[in-house]
Order: sequence, then C-alpha cells, then structure tokens
Amino acid sequence: MTAIPSIPGFLKEPNGPIGKPVSRVDGRKKVTGDAHYAAEFTLPDLAHGYIVSSAIARGRITRIDASAALALPGVIHVFTHENRPSLAWFDRKWKDDDAPKGSPFRPLYDAEIHHALQPVALVIAESFELARYAARLVHIEYEAAPHQTDLRANRANTFTPGKDKGGFEPPPKPRGNPEQAFLDSPVQVDAEFTQAAEYHNPMEMHATTVLHHDDGTLTVHDKTQGAQNCHTYICNVFGLSKSAVRVMSPFVGGAFGSGLRPQHQLFMAMLAATQLKRSIRVELSRPQMFSFGHRPETIQRVALGAERDGTLRALIHEAVQESSQNENYVEIVVNWSGQQYACDNVRLDYKLTRLDVHTPLDQRAPGAATGVPALEIAMDELAFKLGMDPLELRLKNYAETDPNTGTPFSSKELRACFRQGAERFGWAKRSPAPRSMREGRELIGWGMAAGVWDAMQGQAAAKAVLGVDGKLVVSSATADIGTGTYTVMTQIAADVLGLPIEEVTFCLGDSSLPTAPIEGGSWTVSTVGSAVKAVCDRVRSQLFTLAGKLEDNPLKGVAEADVLFADGHLIVRDDRSRRLSITDVMRGSGTLSIEEEARALPYLLARARHTFATHSAVFVEVRVDEDLGTIRVARVVSAIAAGRIINPKTARSQIQGAVVWGIGMGLEEEAFTDHRLGRVMNHDYAEYHVPVNADVPDIDVLFVEEHDDMVNALGAKGVGEIGIVGVPAAIANAIHHATGVRVRDFPITLDKVLAGLR
Amino acid sequence: MRSFTYARADSAADAVGRAGASGTAFVAGGTNLLDLMKADVARPGGLIDISRLPLDRIEETAGGGLRLGALARNADTAYDERVQTRYPMLSKAILAGASAQLRNMATNGGNLLQRTRCYYFYDTATPCNKREPGSGCGAIGGVNRIHAILGASDQCIAVHPSDLCVALAALDAVVQVRGPDGERSIPFAEFHRLPGDRPEIDTTLRPGDLVTSIDLPAKGFAEHSTYLKIRDRASYAFALVSVAAGLELDGGTVRDARLALGGVAHKPWRDPEAEAALIGKPAAPDSFRAAARVLLRDAKGHEHNSFKIELAERAIVRALSEAADRKGASHP
Amino acid sequence: MAPLKASPRPAVVPPPAPIPVTLTVNGVERTLHLAPWTTLLDALRLHLELTGTKKGCDHGQCGACTVLVDGRRINACLTLAAMQDGRKVTTIEGLTTGDSLHPLQDAFIEHDAFQCGYCTPGQICSAAGLIAEGKATTDDEIRELMSGNLCRCGAYPNIVAAIRQAMTIAGPKAEGAP
Repeated sequence: MTAIPSIPGFLKEPNGPIGKPVSRVDGRKKVTGDAHYAAEFTLPDLAHGYIVSSAIARGRITRIDASAALALPGVIHVFTHENRPSLAWFDRKWKDDDAPKGSPFRPLYDAEIHHALQPVALVIAESFELARYAARLVHIEYEAAPHQTDLRANRANTFTPGKDKGGFEPPPKPRGNPEQAFLDSPVQVDAEFTQAAEYHNPMEMHATTVLHHDDGTLTVHDKTQGAQNCHTYICNVFGLSKSAVRVMSPFVGGAFGSGLRPQHQLFMAMLAATQLKRSIRVELSRPQMFSFGHRPETIQRVALGAERDGTLRALIHEAVQESSQNENYVEIVVNWSGQQYACDNVRLDYKLTRLDVHTPLDQRAPGAATGVPALEIAMDELAFKLGMDPLELRLKNYAETDPNTGTPFSSKELRACFRQGAERFGWAKRSPAPRSMREGRELIGWGMAAGVWDAMQGQAAAKAVLGVDGKLVVSSATADIGTGTYTVMTQIAADVLGLPIEEVTFCLGDSSLPTAPIEGGSWTVSTVGSAVKAVCDRVRSQLFTLAGKLEDNPLKGVAEADVLFADGHLIVRDDRSRRLSITDVMRGSGTLSIEEEARALPYLLARARHTFATHSAVFVEVRVDEDLGTIRVARVVSAIAAGRIINPKTARSQIQGAVVWGIGMGLEEEAFTDHRLGRVMNHDYAEYHVPVNADVPDIDVLFVEEHDDMVNALGAKGVGEIGIVGVPAAIANAIHHATGVRVRDFPITLDKVLAGLR
Repeated sequence: MRSFTYARADSAADAVGRAGASGTAFVAGGTNLLDLMKADVARPGGLIDISRLPLDRIEETAGGGLRLGALARNADTAYDERVQTRYPMLSKAILAGASAQLRNMATNGGNLLQRTRCYYFYDTATPCNKREPGSGCGAIGGVNRIHAILGASDQCIAVHPSDLCVALAALDAVVQVRGPDGERSIPFAEFHRLPGDRPEIDTTLRPGDLVTSIDLPAKGFAEHSTYLKIRDRASYAFALVSVAAGLELDGGTVRDARLALGGVAHKPWRDPEAEAALIGKPAAPDSFRAAARVLLRDAKGHEHNSFKIELAERAIVRALSEAADRKGASHP
Repeated sequence: MAPLKASPRPAVVPPPAPIPVTLTVNGVERTLHLAPWTTLLDALRLHLELTGTKKGCDHGQCGACTVLVDGRRINACLTLAAMQDGRKVTTIEGLTTGDSLHPLQDAFIEHDAFQCGYCTPGQICSAAGLIAEGKATTDDEIRELMSGNLCRCGAYPNIVAAIRQAMTIAGPKAEGAP
C-alpha cells in the first residue's frame, strides 16, 4: 500500500484550490465557540483533578498527609507516589516519539524531587473548586537537597552530547583551520551571546479529559501535537490494550512544541480514570504551565574573521545549553551557522550542562531560533566594522551549496528574499551610521537578518473515502494546532480530485486514524500533505477506471493523463465539452464508495544528495526613546522562500505569528529563576511577558517564488518555524543602528539599552 | 480558593456591620481579591458583596472638586468628561492600567486596596513577610527587577502596583471611610503606608472600614499635567516606573508642582522637598533634573532593579517636560 | 534562602453550600444552584456547558474569558457567578443569530484573525465591547484597547484588520451585543 513517490506531482489543474487564499475550513467553528478543546468534553460521572506542585527544586518527600483534604465531603481520592498502582518499569515504556536520550520523567513515581513545581499529588473531587481547595490542604514535608539551576554558574561543567534526539545531527567536524584563520583575519568579531529560558505558554493550558465508557473503554481528549504518540505512551505506561483507548485532539489551543511530548496532566488523568473507573479531567493552572519543558537558556560564542572586502575566513560558533539530570535534550543550535555562509574555516561546537530542571522541550524553530540570531548579530557587527552594508556582506558570502555537507540545495531562493525584502522595506534609503535617523525623541533604527530552517519530511498515511454523493472524507492522525492543517489538507485533496472545498472534509487529531507522526518542525504539509496527495491520486485513478466501464463514457479513448479533474467532473483536457461528473461515475458504476489508503515516504535518494531548507530575510524598523530606552518595533518585512505555498492566507498568518514570537524573544520573554530556590518566579501571564496587540505593528510578509521538485510531490516546504528565525537578530541589529548600543543578551529590555545610552 | 460564605450587603451600614466578623472581606470588582484567593494568598472566610451599593456616582463637591464613588468603575471614572477635563492626569493614569475588561470591573475603592505584584507574595511556596509575617523576604537577594528603590525596609521591598493611586497622590485626594466608629477622612498621603517591620499591612484602614469615596480637590493641574508609565511592553503590564506630574506655571516659572511616582515604593511616592525644589524655578529640564535628584537622593537598588534609579530620573524629567509643554491634553 | 516551611494547617471548613443564581445568558434566563466560589467563567463552562468562553489563565491576565455583562466586556474568571445574579450575559455562542454570523465573526474568518482559535471567542467578545464603547477610532487605539486579549499565535495584525472592517460595517457606536 506504499505509494511509490514520483518526482513532479505538480498539479495539473491551474485553477485548483492549491495556492489560493482559502479561509480556514474550521473558521466557523472557531469563531462561534463550537470548536471544542481538551477540557471541554464531559460525561455525567466526570470528576475533577487538581495537581499539587512541589515546593522545592530537589530533594525528597518525607511525609504526605492528605487527611484534611480527604475529610472534605466530595473529595474522592488523593493520588501520591505512596498509593500509586504498579506502573511500567522499563524506561522504554515511558519514552515517546520526541523523547531524547535518557530516562523520561515519571510523575508520582517515587519520593524524589527533581525540579521545582514537579507534580507530587493529584486530588480528585466532585467539583473543580473543591479539588483546588483540597489541593491546598494536602500537607507535604520535604527534605531538601542542594540543587543547581544556574547555567552561568555551571557553564564550565559540560559534556558533548551525541545524536541524542531525532531530527538533530551533532555538529559536523571542523573544516580548515578555524583558530588560525581567525587570528590571521584582518577584521574580527568575537562575542558572547545569551538567551533566556522561555516557556511555550500556549493560550490553552494543558488539559486532559478522560471519558470512561460503560464498556470500560476510554476516550482521552488531550492537548497534544500527536494523538498517536500519546496513545502509545499511555498504553505502555498503564499496560492497556491499544483498542481500549482512543486519544482525540481535534482542536488544540496552541502548543508551539509544548504538545510534542505527553505532558504530566495526561498521566494524571489516566491514572485517576483507570484507578477510579470514572471520567476525569485534569487541567493545569497557568503557573503549572511552567512546570515542564521550555526553550533552554543558552550561552553562545560567535567568532568571525574576514578579509577587508568582507570575505569570511573563519567562523566559530560554540553553544552551551541546559538539560535536565535525566535526559539529554539537544537542539544543536550551531549547525545552521555552518550552512548559511560560505567559509572554509569553520568550527561548530555544542555542549550541555545538567541542571535540576525539567527537561527542556522543542519550542518554535528549536535551535535555529537561538543560534541563528547569534550568528546574524555577529554578521551585523562584522559589517559595521567593515563599513559595509549588512545586506552586501551576506550576499558576498552567499552559500551556493551547503558548506556543511558539500551537497547542493534542493532549492534556495534566499537571494530573492534579500532583494524583494529590501525593496519592499526601502533598505536602500538606510543611512548607515548609528543614531543617524530620528523623529523627535525617537531614534530610528533599521536592521536586517537572514533566517534558515530545515525542510524535513517524515512518513505518514492517509485514508480517503469518496461517497456516491461526491463528498470526500480524508483522514490522518495528524494535528492542527492553529497551523492550518485542516485547511491545507482539504485544499490538497480538493485539488487532486477537482472537488469544491465544501465537498471535502479532513479529519485529524484521533489516534484511530491512519498513522501520522507528531506535528511539528514545519514538516506536516510535506509529510501528511504528501500522503493526502498520494491517496487522492489513487481515488482519482479509481474514478478513471470506473468511468472506463460505463456504457456511454464521454472519455472513451482518452488516456488518464489527458483527463482533468475539475468542478466535480472528469474532463477531457483538449475537449472540455467531453465531461462526466464524479457522481455520475459513482452512480453509473454502482459504486457506493471508493476507499483508499496510502502511505507517503520522503524521496530518500534525493534527500541523501541534497540539503532541504527554507530561507528568510527579515527587515525591521525599531523606534527607541533616546531618554527612556523604551523600544517599539514599528515595521517588519519578512521575505520567505519555502517552496510552493499551499495557502497564502494561512501561511502569511504563520509567518506573522512567528514574527510576533520573534518580537517576544527579542524584547520580552524571560523566565526569571531564583537560583536559591531553583524556581521560576514570574510564572504567570502578568509577569512573564508575551507580546500584546499594542506591541505589534503591521507585518509585511512576502513569499518569493521558489520551485522545488525534489522536496516532495507538492513542492511545498512548510512555514511554521522559518518566520521566527532571524527576527530577534534583526531587532537587535536595528536597535544598534538606532542607538549605537549593541545588546547581545536576549530579551533586550529597556534597562540593557539604557545602560548603553548613558 | 478556600471555602467562604457569601452575602450581599444592602447598605453601607449593613456592610460595615457584617464586616465585624474576623476573616471577612468586601468584594466589589473582585479583580484583585479573587485572583489572590485562587492563588491561595487571600483566604477570607466570608465575602461581603458591596458591588451593588449606591456608591458608584461621580459628583461635584462643595469645594469645587469631584467626589469619585468608591464603587465607580475605573473605566467610568477615566472616561467621565469632568475627570477628563479637570483631572486629565487621573484619566490618563487609569487608562494606562490593566486592560479595558479589568477597568470595566475594577472599582476605584478596590484599586486603592490592590496588593503588590511581588512574585514572592504570589507564590505560597516561597517566603514573604507580607503574606506570611516572619517568613522572610524572598525578593531581597532574589529576583527583584520589579521591586522598590525608595522607602523599602529589610522586611519587604514590594511596590504598590496601582496607576490610579499615583495620580490620586499627586492630586492630594482625600479618602472617605465609613467604619464601625463612624465616618472619617484620610488624606491620600496617609492612606498607604511603608512596609517598615509590618509589611503585611498596606494601608491605615482599620478592621471593618469601608472606603465610600475619594474626593478630589478643585485644583486638578489640568493645564499642565501628564501621566507617564514605563513598562516592559506597550500595554497590559505593571509599571517599572510611572510618574504623575502637575505644574502650575507663571510664564516660564513654576508656581506650584506635584510629582508622584509609581513602581518605586510600597506606596505612591511623593516628596515635598522635591516639589519645593521646583517652585520658583524655570520650567526647564535642568530644574526638573535637579528635582528628580532630590526625590531620588535616598534611592537604593538591588541586584536587578538598580536601573530604576536612573530610569526614574529620566522619567521625571520627561514627565515634567511634557507637563510644561502640554495644554489640557486629556487623551493618552 | 530556603523554601517556605509548610504553614500550620489551616482549619478545614466544609465546602460552601449552593445558592440560587439567576443569569440571563444569551437571552435565556437560567437559574443555577452554585456554590458561591463558582466564577462566572466556570458557571458558563462547567454548569451551562457553554465552553465557547475560554479559560486561558483564570487570573485576569489573558482575556480569553471575555464576555459581555449588561453589554460591557469583562473577564469572566475574576467575578463570581453569584455577584452577577440577575444580569444579562452574552457569550460567543450568543453573538450568532440563527445561521448568520455577527459581522465580527465574519471579519475574523475573512482576515484569518486567529490560528489555534483558543483566544478567539474572547477576542471577538472584547471587540464587540470595544465597538460598543466607541473609544477607538484609529488602528493604534484598537491595538491599545485590545491589549487585554493575548493571542499567543500572534494574529494581532489580522485581529486589528478584522475589527476595523467590522467597525466600518457596524459604525463606531453600534451595539456590540445583539
């Protein structure tokens, strides 16, 4: 049933829905409140769980007394490590599709405390308010042990991880003689960059509702980016048969990576539901959203050496990140630096240090969002030292092939991004000297940066059912976390079969559907879209075959390749009066439905011989108050090369949203840890600042034309991550241009600028 | 949120009478109290709902000022035409705070009583003398970017989070209170207190006291005033530093001045000496800077908030400059 | 600096008894028996199963729970249902008339003013309140007065565009609620 991938696949019908700015097919549900998220399902026997979080960062629980909580009428049970049932023993049972090397965290497993806010008890009660009240009454005593949460204090205590996580290769071996080349370079930049820990904080707090049915089966509504990932996890951990449980996540209120791994609320809800044999909901509080994975804090060094004409001679990029004691979370950070510019002497180095924190977790463009900005600020510093336009410097060192591997890019229209982005922004009018542009008390700065992200593809399957009424249902167990999966897959299916969008339904977020991997890394269009196209191609062939069996077949004598599928019809390409409706084919052939399933694989050979990447050029205008140091992003142009854009409306939103993330990363987001307590202190939306509406200007997104017939049958690369990469650097570079102050420590809050303005 | 009883007061006298029981709290807008109850920081055993008492009007006073009902909503106060015209710095301050939704809920009286946003105060797993007297101050030596630079003690370095109160302090408002022993007036400067060794007490209210109104004197500095708020994002964030500034000018010379700071102390910070330093001086940056230095003469920073000292100086200069330039502007 | 020792155990008070609360929700009068600690948000979501109103923080810091009470936008998480007894509550479910969407709902779809959709009901109710208030005329004023509604997907520019469009249709002073 595996579809053999064939290169081209460019769709034959120029007027199909692919490439059109189709409004979200799930839009009506979302604007009417009819889209239901994980905490919004119920049964009459539903009980509510509230988690008790650890007060210490490391040590052990010496005593738990839940008697006061249990004394309240309506409190059903308090789960702790002392009364939990027997659970899976081996680490592999606790692993999930996004688990790095190591031993996954096991909630309520024993008395040990590994990180602050670790879940230590679960109160189940008849109402939410009662569960929350009772949770306050659970008395816990601890024996604290010394902890380490400070990356700077532990930066010397590192190790070099290996290939410890899918999707991330260790840095390539050094090429040339980078140290000597750096020393020999007439122009040098050598600087340290830091990036604060950031928490995903999707708007929907993580929640799981387990519905316990009369026959003992469970429907689990979970906030996840992978229904099947969670399905496998809970079956393994609780020793359940696969058929007894179904995981659903039709709507996910944002995730940005937070739903890539099964989070502990899933475990907690499952624990209670299986033990108490009733329906359970567990929803985290906003502070508890700081109790699991995060974008790790990072310290980097970038050293660049160049000739006076701007030719790069040496590039050294080193990064140190935090991981937990139990797992090796890696996001490598530095590899894109070796890929982005042509340079003969390169050393890339990536290290981890273990802290007493929860394992970090992929967050929008993991690694690239952290590493590329360091490189792109260093490039700006180099351009400044050279007295060269920053855009010119990048063009001067443009990589025509991937310098890390020596392989060509499957496509790379970064030059077009630079040119079109600069033109749209008006870059040519930039006055190069810092502090040379102003309006009243506002210093104006223009900065730019380039971005890069991988165009990955995995394996996925999809099923299609075409009914006699001409309605098509396509399904795959992927997710839509706001990315537009529902809409884009609907467009692909409608395009292949020439159906109106309204006749196509796409189903996702259900573990019982055909296999799809976790949704992340911008690979869903590539991975699942290819499967959708493959299965619809099969339906198409079936229809053609059935048509051939009809008595009055107007297509008689025409080859399949010469038949168009459009407007719900099969049409002869060269004589459009010869046509047959899909419903006539179905009825005429007595076919009630056509059912097909197909699996799509990446073009492995092409992938082995090429580098697949998306690229961007970001241009930013900031306004900095010269007295107060307050920073405002006034204008952004983001030019993107990501192959074919299936839906320019939703893709534009993806880029805009990612730029907003870049603004947050560049200017606002920072988890403050009290290292004496080992605890993030600003664990809410009031003090952990994400951008608000007033922080965000109009964002101009442009997609440059990029033809790629190797990436997949759709020619599409995915746009979820590329929009953030480079944005923090463009902001930092614009701030330097505005003020002459170079800040290398994200987020760039006003105090850091003010310190330089004195 | 702990278990509590709920009762609706049908008059101010009824409210004050019911408040006799210990552990009870008034609730009106609820925007701060319910937040704190959910965080398990506030644990009242009983709530007395005063939100329907007829204390929501904004009326003229005999002295030519305005009486702001304690239960008038922040939004209604900010958008009241009289407030906008006669006390533009107050309108601007209110609109710089919270969000439109919260301003539709929060009352003026409640705003006076809102509690600090100190991280440690909100996190019951950490020490905080304000929340749990004697447990220590987590912010001292901890994470203290948002904390006080003036008037703090070795027991507490929390700041008062209000914007409205900063303007009220600058305007010399008077708080009208009804308590078990009758009615009394509290000058604004005496309403909030410094932490000293009793940081758990924010105000000089006594048990059972109900704020009924806030009276604004006639003088509103409408000609030359402003409210400047500096924060970590453009909106919906608490002040790192805020300044309410009002000037009365005689040509280019300062005849009267008001200056109050938010985000820097346990209470809205006013300093008579700094204001005195402005009087008779030219309305120019040099005078403003000199006054700022007087106001900040005892400022003390901690690990993460020392920048506030210089920021406050710059903000004072900016706010006074804007006030001097401004003519009756009422919109933010 | 050590973490706080567990405090002396507080007196255990049984949960509060339910009291009758009458709300007119989307035009329908509903009488509920709710423990007074039930917020308006949880009354809507858990007791009336009107889950269109979202819980994004439960502390008034995100705006996902925005509803209109007597036509004014508020955060449903920071008020008790009992405190709103007798009032008219409009939620996202109440903005739709039969099959036709509110102009804001249409505009949000047209401008792609959301991605995950979780903040969307709150954004739309907040925008309805904003339009009724009539204080915003420029894009910058819309931005400022919509800043109480976080959107982690970052749809802000499209949200502003959608509101601008709906405002043009409705006029700045039009009723937000039907």
